[in-house]
Amino acid sequence: MASIPSPIHPENLKAVNKIAEISGQNVHECMQCGTCSAVCPMVESMGFTTRLGILYLQFGEIEPVLKAQIGEFCASCHTCVVQCPRGIDVARVFEAVRQYVLRTNTDLIKPQEIPKDTMAEAPQIAFVSTFRKLTS
Amino acid sequence: MKLGYYPGCTLKTKAANLEVAAMAALDHLGVEYKELSRWNCCGAVFSLADDDLIHQVAPVRNLIRAAQQGCDTVVTLCSQCYNTLARANKMVREDEEKRDTLNRFMDEEPDYNGEIEVVHYLSLLRDEVGWEKLAEAVTNPLNGLRVAPFYGCTLVRPKEVAIDTMDPEILEGFIRALGAEATTFSASRECCGSYQMIAHPEEGRDRAAKVIASANRSEADALILSCPLCEYNLGTRQDEVIEYHPGLNQVPTFYFTQLLGVALGLDPELCRLDLNGPAAQELLIDKKFIATAAV
Repeated sequence: MASIPSPIHPENLKAVNKIAEISGQNVHECMQCGTCSAVCPMVESMGFTTRLGILYLQFGEIEPVLKAQIGEFCASCHTCVVQCPRGIDVARVFEAVRQYVLRTNTDLIKPQEIPKDTMAEAPQIAFVSTFRKLTS
Repeated sequence: MKLGYYPGCTLKTKAANLEVAAMAALDHLGVEYKELSRWNCCGAVFSLADDDLIHQVAPVRNLIRAAQQGCDTVVTLCSQCYNTLARANKMVREDEEKRDTLNRFMDEEPDYNGEIEVVHYLSLLRDEVGWEKLAEAVTNPLNGLRVAPFYGCTLVRPKEVAIDTMDPEILEGFIRALGAEATTFSASRECCGSYQMIAHPEEGRDRAAKVIASANRSEADALILSCPLCEYNLGTRQDEVIEYHPGLNQVPTFYFTQLLGVALGLDPELCRLDLNGPAAQELLIDKKFIATAAV
């Protein structure tokens, strides 16, 4: 009997399995209610909503999610985490998306381009958190 | 309770105005504590990647230092330090495999199994001192001052380390104990822009603007916070935020501990108001809570 073809391309399957491994979250539990996007303080800066980001991951598509920079703009405020009716730790999902990029030795910020007055003025905590989140 | 104080990276320099009055207030209120003699940066943000155990070493090592110094509880002032240490502690307590890996990795250290309690300074005031006793200790009540309580993210999220319920009252209780009035402030638990102020300043300013607009609408005289990153986004960069978002009004920002120091009648120099913008001191002079500006 011929095997049933998987709707997800093997390369994409590898990517979304990696996201599941890093995040420890099962995106298939999401029922697409959109609460995460409604409460997200950074959603206007993302290419599309977090809800759509999860939908793409459910279908094994990671490229659009990377292009929408959801991981890059997530501020880890955890508002979506406490609001998700399905108990998905959405911040961990998009942390995994961010890590997926960072682990290819790609920085999401160039420290050398931070303005000098910001360097002088900003508190240590600002740099530690920025570099932890956005550099490889 | 054997209480240790963990300062964190920013409180000895840029956020000295969060620390100095807080420590003097503990002495004033008769709460015994000792500052940890040895500590390292907590990492500022809790690692959310399930396979990234190396970033748990820094916070856990601080908890080991506290245990070594005979403490059973560690208090922090910075919201992010609180969140990072409390979540790492929870992970150690609940995840046997990760705890074992961490202990074996740090084989030069004594094993740590989650013996330390991590608390935020506000919880300490509420639970160990109590609002009534605090109110009794106030000699310079901040009557007539309308204060917007800003929780931000890391004091109240995620739920398992939140210092209060999903509808927090702790800062409001604190404000009332000082004789001031807490405003109802819809953005009180929203993101201030966080580290995005460095990475994406435009988006960071937009976030800060929403918080300032909400504080303005609540007719607050002042905004109080407990995180040096919130203070940077909402205080240090406030003039710039207003420049990009005309229509907003200036609202002086304070660390909650500075108003505590003023209300307890501590030496104003201990409140380090010199590290805030000039508007903060002008407000307190105008309201006759302090006599002269610190330099």
